[in-house]
Amino acid sequence: MFAPLIRWLDERLDLDGLIAPFKHKTVPTHRLSYWYFFGGITLFLFIIQVLTGILLLLYYRPGANEAYESVQYIMTRVQFGWLIRSIHAWAANLMIFTAFVHMFSVLFLKAYRKPRELTWVSGVILLYLVMGFGFSGYLLPWNTLAFFATKVGTEMAGQVPLIGRAMMIFLRGGPEVTGATLTRFFGFHVAVLPGLVTVLIAIHLFLVQRQGISVPPKLEVQWTANPSQKREMKFFPNFMLREMMAWYVAMGVLGALAAIFPWNLGVKADPFVSAPAGIKPEWYFLFMFQTLKLIPSKVWLVDGEVLGILGCSLAGLLWLLLPFFESDQPARTKAWITGLSIFALVYVVGMSVYGFLAQ
Amino acid sequence: MCADQTPQPETSRRRAIGIFLGGGILATFASFLYPVLRYFVPPAVVDLGGDEVIASKTGEMKPNSGKIFRFGSRPGLLILESDGTYRALSATCTHLACTVQYRSDLREIWCACHNGIYDLNGRNVSGPPPRPLDMFDVHLRGDEIVVSRKREA
Repeated sequence: MFAPLIRWLDERLDLDGLIAPFKHKTVPTHRLSYWYFFGGITLFLFIIQVLTGILLLLYYRPGANEAYESVQYIMTRVQFGWLIRSIHAWAANLMIFTAFVHMFSVLFLKAYRKPRELTWVSGVILLYLVMGFGFSGYLLPWNTLAFFATKVGTEMAGQVPLIGRAMMIFLRGGPEVTGATLTRFFGFHVAVLPGLVTVLIAIHLFLVQRQGISVPPKLEVQWTANPSQKREMKFFPNFMLREMMAWYVAMGVLGALAAIFPWNLGVKADPFVSAPAGIKPEWYFLFMFQTLKLIPSKVWLVDGEVLGILGCSLAGLLWLLLPFFESDQPARTKAWITGLSIFALVYVVGMSVYGFLAQ
Repeated sequence: MCADQTPQPETSRRRAIGIFLGGGILATFASFLYPVLRYFVPPAVVDLGGDEVIASKTGEMKPNSGKIFRFGSRPGLLILESDGTYRALSATCTHLACTVQYRSDLREIWCACHNGIYDLNGRNVSGPPPRPLDMFDVHLRGDEIVVSRKREA
């Protein structure tokens, strides 16, 4: 049925030449190969976010007087609106989760080593942008929790010495969190961040395509010494089909979560109401939130808050540059980076659980 | 030459698996597409206008003039003729749905978009409009000018 169409395109585009790079691409096969799926699943969830985001834009209206009502309208009046919004909210959380899993798997498989430093840098920036997506999107329904989360989050940005206040005013569109903040966050969420993320994903995927898939250092040493031990599968179609199966499973999990546990809307934001008890940020900010809570209000002469925020920013920057501290030789990877990776994982998980359980 | 034309068990098994797999994937896509298609359909707007609306008050309009009023979610046109009679019509042009206006110089109803002209009974007399405008009933209730849909005879 499609054969004449494919032939027509082939005569003009040379389809074989177009997919040739993918045919040569291979994926190393070993007992940890499963971790290679998480980057793809994160990409899949991002595609879901773009599609459901566009659907939500059909009915969503930004603005302090309309935002909450329009989300309420989507959830109660529009057919399957509750489902579309739930998928958007669940996929957002799952995407941040799989992005973290992907990052830690890259870290423990040491895939960030030379020549893949830039892939790591683009990936970490993507993670930060995705968290920005979470932060900006969280405000859009204009409910109480979102209002206070944004107030606290932007107030924290305001603590940074020298540029803090200007940054806070830029983010809020004024000295307070108001409808102006909502308009700005809406712009960041639907225009600025999607553009940046799309470009960075393109760069990230180009680098993966260009450099091939990394082999853990131990195996790399073995395989270089004894090439007959090398085990690989073709990317196309073998790995591709497995990845599609992973996407299918991800879609099933996402659909089930969204249908069984629809995301709720909460109470409309009111700037002149006290913050509700037990208010907490989204789970992916909990480890930072808890860290800040544990720092005393004065350390020597410095404000605790300022110290915490500068510390977090510095840690974020060093994290970005991590590959540049690693050895070029697969046989001599640095043990302290492995130690730091384990510490980071334990710290993030531990602080999140602590933050979740703490009153 | 080849006597055995029946399909090989290998190929028919492959075909069966192909059908189940393809059918399953198609069914999945259909189940995702259905809610999305339903989602596209905007919920019906509740017409709070009812069948009757107060279009104006006596003494509010000058003779030989027109006024657009809200009739449910659509505009209506109320005209006070020189002899003091009120007329009410749908103000939505039957051509391409622009809002028409009363022309006191012509004593006719005119649509600015494509120069359509109706007489005071709503009949399309010149220009592109294909059908007459709907006429509404007008009656006075105290000093209120009440416009209602024409009762079906």
